[in-house]
Amino acid sequence: MSHQLSQRWVAFNTLLTREVRRFIRIWPQTLLPPAITMTLYFIIFGNLIGSRIGEMGGFSYMEYIAPGIIMMSVINNAYANVASSFYSAKFQSHIEELLVAPIPNSLILAGYVAGGTARGLCVGLIVTIVSLFFTSIEIQHLLITLSMVVLSAVMFALGGFINAIYARSFDEISIIPTFILTPMTYLGGVFYSISLLPEFWQNVSLLNPILYMVNAFRFGMLGVSDIAVEIAFAIILVCIVALTSFALYLLNKGTGIRN
Amino acid sequence: MAVKALYINNLTKTYGNGFKALKDISLAVDQGDFFALLGPNGAGKSTTIGIITSLVTKSSGQVSVFGTDLDSAPEIAKSHIGLVPQEFNFNGFEQVKHILITQAGYYGMPAKVAEPRADELLLQLGLWEKRHTPARALSGGMKRRLMIARALVHNPQLLILDEPTAGVDIELRRSMWTFLQEINEQGTTIILTTHYLEEAENLCRNIAIIDKGKIIENTDMKSLLNRLDKETFVLYLSDALKPNFELEDISYIQVDDTTLEVEINRDEGLNHLFSLLNQQNINVVSMKNKANRLEELFLSLVEKSEATL
Ligand SMILES: Nc1ncnc2c1ncn2[C@@H]1O[C@H](COP(=O)(O)OP(=O)(O)OP(=O)(O)O)[C@@H](O)[C@H]1O
Ligand SMILES: [Mg+2]
Repeated sequence: MSHQLSQRWVAFNTLLTREVRRFIRIWPQTLLPPAITMTLYFIIFGNLIGSRIGEMGGFSYMEYIAPGIIMMSVINNAYANVASSFYSAKFQSHIEELLVAPIPNSLILAGYVAGGTARGLCVGLIVTIVSLFFTSIEIQHLLITLSMVVLSAVMFALGGFINAIYARSFDEISIIPTFILTPMTYLGGVFYSISLLPEFWQNVSLLNPILYMVNAFRFGMLGVSDIAVEIAFAIILVCIVALTSFALYLLNKGTGIRN
Repeated sequence: MAVKALYINNLTKTYGNGFKALKDISLAVDQGDFFALLGPNGAGKSTTIGIITSLVTKSSGQVSVFGTDLDSAPEIAKSHIGLVPQEFNFNGFEQVKHILITQAGYYGMPAKVAEPRADELLLQLGLWEKRHTPARALSGGMKRRLMIARALVHNPQLLILDEPTAGVDIELRRSMWTFLQEINEQGTTIILTTHYLEEAENLCRNIAIIDKGKIIENTDMKSLLNRLDKETFVLYLSDALKPNFELEDISYIQVDDTTLEVEINRDEGLNHLFSLLNQQNINVVSMKNKANRLEELFLSLVEKSEATL
């Protein structure tokens, strides 16, 4: 039994190492672009426009948007990593290396999700370092900040996995990020407090899970939030459980990977 | 009776588009065997192998590997198998050695144990110089060898090779044969598919022929070859044949002035033919089998099965 456990641990580590090696090998596609984009956000929104906006939530605009921008890059990259890595494993058929091996499906999922989470956190760290050139960062609630960023990365990595299972072309792994995730992120309170919105749009915003992640993360860093942090954790945990079950169901059925 | 290395019972497969690729296949492969799974293109060989290796889901039937049922204990069953698939299926961007160590890791082998094993295989299969090369930069023959190394890295007891020598040059093919024979002698059970029947004849002790999703023959190589009642030989002569030469009851075709095709019944042998040729001072420079023996049998079996459909 413990032998089997240690074998699984080796297999999980192998898969995670492979995933990390992959995004490091292609760093100009994986680590560099978010660093550049987010630098531009800081310069344009934070510096140029932000100085005209003044305060938001009691902080300078730059300080206010920094947590949202970090969170945005974490979830985008966690999603993109799993979506493109798992899709190309299908496309190049090397997913078969995993399918023939004595690995349960849950471990395949765990390995890819851990890889996506690692990329998300890596990019998050890079963007945090970039933000230090523009503003100072203090963390009010370390545990909330860290757990929220990790859970968000896990949740979006799961999303990327499901996307890749269904995808039949490279286009199909960019459709959802472009048409759903990006708009949801922009409307998820990265750049503004929803208290600025009319009541109707405030209520609509509350249907957007990204709003909860951004605000809980902002609460961890700055101590201010548009929503209750407990609700954010509850929502994200429910989403993780639901996405995990669905991903495992698809894997067990062999959707998109076994004839 | 010892447990079978592979046991397949009443296996069927209908693909999503409704195509019935396997129609009730049963097979058993003994431990230590070198087994040939032959059949024309589209017969169902890769489908069968796909089901054994969990790449394809079966429609019905059972598979067990060294006595372990694939459905009830998939991880144990899978850990016995090494697969060399028909199509290249590695990540072309990964380095050769990483591919081996990663695959070993999936089987629970820590990198410390996997490294010397990978090095050993890289040396044996002539890939040592290329160990840091991304796989896509290998030649076709090297890629085949990489897939063999990858299949063996976790020391499987059952090695399944789906056309491992397709597109491989003669010299390399022969060295692969020697290599496979060695690991078979060391105890690894091997199942091989190939369209080079000479290869199957040289390597394999037992054989199954599959056609249109059905097993049409399953026996040992010797008795199969014994079943060949006639053989056709091509004789090359030193001088042009005289018009009045005579081969009594032996049937033949004169291909040109100096070439004869002679059909010999197995029970008669060649001595009679040669004494007739000697009497007439006909000088044979060289001779060969018109077709590989297994090839002739294979064609007649497949033809017969087509006729019954
Ligand atoms: N994914 C699939 N969907 C539908 N039909 C399939 C699929 N894969 C294989 N087939 C069909 O199943 C049959 C058996 O295919 P298989 O690959 O098992 O043949 P094979 O014996 O390995 O042939 P070859 O010697 O050409 O490799 C073929 O008719 C093939 O077209
Ligand atoms: Mg095939």
